[in-house]
Amino acid sequence: MSPASTRPGRFGPYGGRYVPETLVHPLEELAAAYREAKADPSFGIELEKLLRDYAGRPTPLTFAPRLSAALGGRKVYLKREDLLHTGAHKINNCLGQVLLAQRMGKRRIIAETGAGQHGVATATVCARFGLECVVYMGAEDMERQALNVARMRLLGAEVRAVASGSRTLKDAINEAMRDWVAHCGDTHYLLGSVLGADPYPTMVRDFHACIGREARAQYLQAEGRLPEALIACVGGGSNAMGLFYAFLPDKQVKLIGVEAGGKGNELGLHAARFAPGGGGSPGVLQGTFSYVLQDAAGQIALTHSISAGLDYPSIGPEHAQLHDEGRAEYVAASDAEALAACQTLARLEGIIPALESAHAVAEACRRVPRMAADAGVIINISGRGDKDMGILARELKLADGDRG
Amino acid sequence: MSRFADIFATARREHRAALIPYLTVGDPSLAASLEIALALAEAGADILELGVPFSDPVADGPVIQAASQRALAQGVRLADALELARQVRQRSPVGLLLFSYYNPILQYGLERFARDAVAAGCDGVLAVDLIPEEAGAYRAAAEAAGLDTVFLAAPTSPDERLAAIGAASRGFVYTVSRLGVTGARATVAPGAKELVERLRRQTRLPIALGFGISQPVQARAVAAFADGVVVGTALVEAIARAPEAGAAAAGAAFLRGLRAACEMG
Repeated sequence: MSPASTRPGRFGPYGGRYVPETLVHPLEELAAAYREAKADPSFGIELEKLLRDYAGRPTPLTFAPRLSAALGGRKVYLKREDLLHTGAHKINNCLGQVLLAQRMGKRRIIAETGAGQHGVATATVCARFGLECVVYMGAEDMERQALNVARMRLLGAEVRAVASGSRTLKDAINEAMRDWVAHCGDTHYLLGSVLGADPYPTMVRDFHACIGREARAQYLQAEGRLPEALIACVGGGSNAMGLFYAFLPDKQVKLIGVEAGGKGNELGLHAARFAPGGGGSPGVLQGTFSYVLQDAAGQIALTHSISAGLDYPSIGPEHAQLHDEGRAEYVAASDAEALAACQTLARLEGIIPALESAHAVAEACRRVPRMAADAGVIINISGRGDKDMGILARELKLADGDRG
Repeated sequence: MSRFADIFATARREHRAALIPYLTVGDPSLAASLEIALALAEAGADILELGVPFSDPVADGPVIQAASQRALAQGVRLADALELARQVRQRSPVGLLLFSYYNPILQYGLERFARDAVAAGCDGVLAVDLIPEEAGAYRAAAEAAGLDTVFLAAPTSPDERLAAIGAASRGFVYTVSRLGVTGARATVAPGAKELVERLRRQTRLPIALGFGISQPVQARAVAAFADGVVVGTALVEAIARAPEAGAAAAGAAFLRGLRAACEMG
């Protein structure tokens, strides 16, 4: 069933380029620009400087003493992408791609966003470099992430509401692709995850690979050995790929991706592409061949997650390969588990994670107590929870009137 | 000779471009689609593009997106499009091209799809988001079953890609007149003629042009340099504006206006 292809940009059978013909040339231009940039030392130096002086890298690897104690004394470390400028890992990729757009002479940037973190990071780098910025966002996501909509507008970006389909991330990507087809001559599509047609999955992973390189060195320095496991949430999968990538050769390190289990296992109630019986199977969506939540006739299913950033029916093609090869393990955490984990981390460590990242914390809370007594893990705190305060206040009854 | 080759040869003999209307299968209903298809054939369509509704039509503008949504809401899927083709074929020799996104075809099964499409009387298939480089298994399945594969050529395609697109296509090549998604425009894009000329240097197949053509004056301009004229959005809109009982008549009336314009005079 896997389409035969020998083209680059494949991860086993997954990946590829499934786009209307109009976009092939812009994708080839982008791939060539990326190849040239990688070979040009001045590109790496400029990016590293921006990541350090503007974004705030390296981020700390924080030992979590009270969470560790609560989970039976195993050592839990947090990779603190939440401390980056704009509050999530997304800016790593945005800085890389905006430098590429400059090399290509493209002055207009478009992006999609789910939770708004990628949109805010894109609006931020566009402000920094003086570029026009249009962000597509599902109308439902604009409601649940209103704070990030205001942030993008404050930064000078135009936020366009997408009212078609499920009115979430998937539909925002459709609309961004339509914009790109019409304006590819002067516009760079700053895709925000390890999704889409080649070269995006490879390029976005590379721009986030600093997460894992830092975490690996930091853990070695702190513990003198490698961790037993890495745990990261997976929507499209960029923070997880960024953390996992440097550890791929370290076969003894377990890689655990946590999908959105939503409200149940029935198709439409979750965004767990790999969940057995959940309706995910290999298919083509938005430029790439990967696991997709779909009906038997290949129509893409609706999804649900309390976290907008995980609410997406497909997953990066490299995750599909890691899944099939057994190199990474994928599990799901429900809305309720993520909410509880968010509260746990806030109360035990004084860190409020994004609802996306809370899914990774939830899996740690389940798994770590069953691990060997001397085990250690790294959880990727991919973003901070400020943007979710409206949902958290409602769901956890934090407002004055709720406290009785 | 394939039916598409016959159709283009006949049109050329008659000094006109082939007329290729698009309809979304199942909009407003499957029963109406059959009536519309037969009425379009009667009104002078040479080839019908049967649009398979898809949940995420990234190449389509708002009008065809909405038509797809209406069809999907009634449960219309690829299998229904094949059944519609079978019913049209029982009553008409019109050319039939399935126009789909790739995932429904992939999930149906490439070989099973090609066999069933030919058995239903389809002449060819165009998968909007499938380029020749990714289409190895798809082309093999279609070729084995005798189903023509039509690929898109775009204004952004360099000459070497146009050559590969011509080599992978059977029946004809579908050129996209402009950057952007499907949708009616006021004028024919200035680069369209040049694209068709560039493509002619790479392939001997007939060349149809689509995306944005909505009026007789545009069809006439396109017929002067292309072998086929595709009209989609404007027709879907004309059908959507009419009450369901009048949809076929509205579509046919719209098409007759274009048919006259396709005569090269």
